[in-house]
Amino acid sequence: MIVADRKPFEEIIEMLKPYSRILLLGCNECVTVCAAGGAKEVAVLASEIRLFRAKEGKPVEIKEVTLERNCDPEYVETLKPFIDDFDVVLSMACGCGIQFVGERYRNMIVLPAVNTTFYGVTEQHGVWAERCQGCGNCVLDKTLGICPVTRCAKSLFNGPCGGSQGGVCEVNKDTPCAWQLIVDRYKEMGMLDRYLEIQPVKDWSTSRDGGPRKRIREDLKI
Amino acid sequence: MRLSYPANVKIVKVPCTGRVDVIHVMKAFENGADGVCLVGCLEGDCHFLVGNLRARKRVEYAKQLLDECGIGGDRVVMYNLSSAEGQKFAQIAREMTEKIRELGPNPVKSAKS
Ligand code: SF4
Ligand code: SF4
Repeated sequence: MIVADRKPFEEIIEMLKPYSRILLLGCNECVTVCAAGGAKEVAVLASEIRLFRAKEGKPVEIKEVTLERNCDPEYVETLKPFIDDFDVVLSMACGCGIQFVGERYRNMIVLPAVNTTFYGVTEQHGVWAERCQGCGNCVLDKTLGICPVTRCAKSLFNGPCGGSQGGVCEVNKDTPCAWQLIVDRYKEMGMLDRYLEIQPVKDWSTSRDGGPRKRIREDLKI
Repeated sequence: MRLSYPANVKIVKVPCTGRVDVIHVMKAFENGADGVCLVGCLEGDCHFLVGNLRARKRVEYAKQLLDECGIGGDRVVMYNLSSAEGQKFAQIAREMTEKIRELGPNPVKSAKS
């Protein structure tokens, strides 16, 4: 899923200063699962904003709407009947959803209420961690399921750097060294000889370095 | 026992404090409450095992949110006691009323007036 984190309240309240009718948007997908911008978080943030503004003597009207997805046109379209009743949209969807709503309703400003952070997994209830950076050319076959692009702070492809100590990454003592994990995995699967295969320099043009990416399936286009 | 406790305490019954979510606490303040007191069973005695422990964590989170928006996290408190401790409940209700009286009314109400 795409993982996000709610922005600090101060920052949100500052963005909302000029507005008094707010459409607060949530999303039922990734940001619901990572508890950053689903219906529950929308309700809590709306309540916090109302309390703050009421206390300031500048009350706000907030409509809380959580779309099935903010990254698909059919759901974004459902905002049409009422979006113009508001001064601004504050979105708790990921960065994709925030932009997509803005693209559809060009007369509206769509403000971000979350910082979109990474593609990750739920390691345990309330704990999410990064696993993939969408490099566009997956090497998980070579590293037996541990991503060196994401899980190594330096995205190294041929063994660890000199800072790998006792299985821990030198960048952060709470992060396991990705290459330790990979070597352990080779051993576990009796495939340590794979470690000797030299990986050529990675072509990063399939990643962000090649600019924004687009995927087209002609057979599905209408 | 026919114990008396301050009349301004309004009781909202829930099946377990584990049912209480952050939004319920927030809504209480939106609706003009001056303080919210969660009274759960003793830790380790929850019929649903961890309901009261979860409630305590949510209270901590709600405190954070209420501090952020200027209402004040001090207005939410959680206590644990057994259902046989009527005396203690009355005492908590008094303590809570005192504490809130010191903090003053919900700032939202004073802004309105
Ligand atoms: S190699 Fe690339 S696509 Fe595969 S998990 Fe890592 S970042 Fe994602
Ligand atoms: S210690 Fe390991 S994970 Fe950290 S940067 Fe070096 S090789 Fe990468």
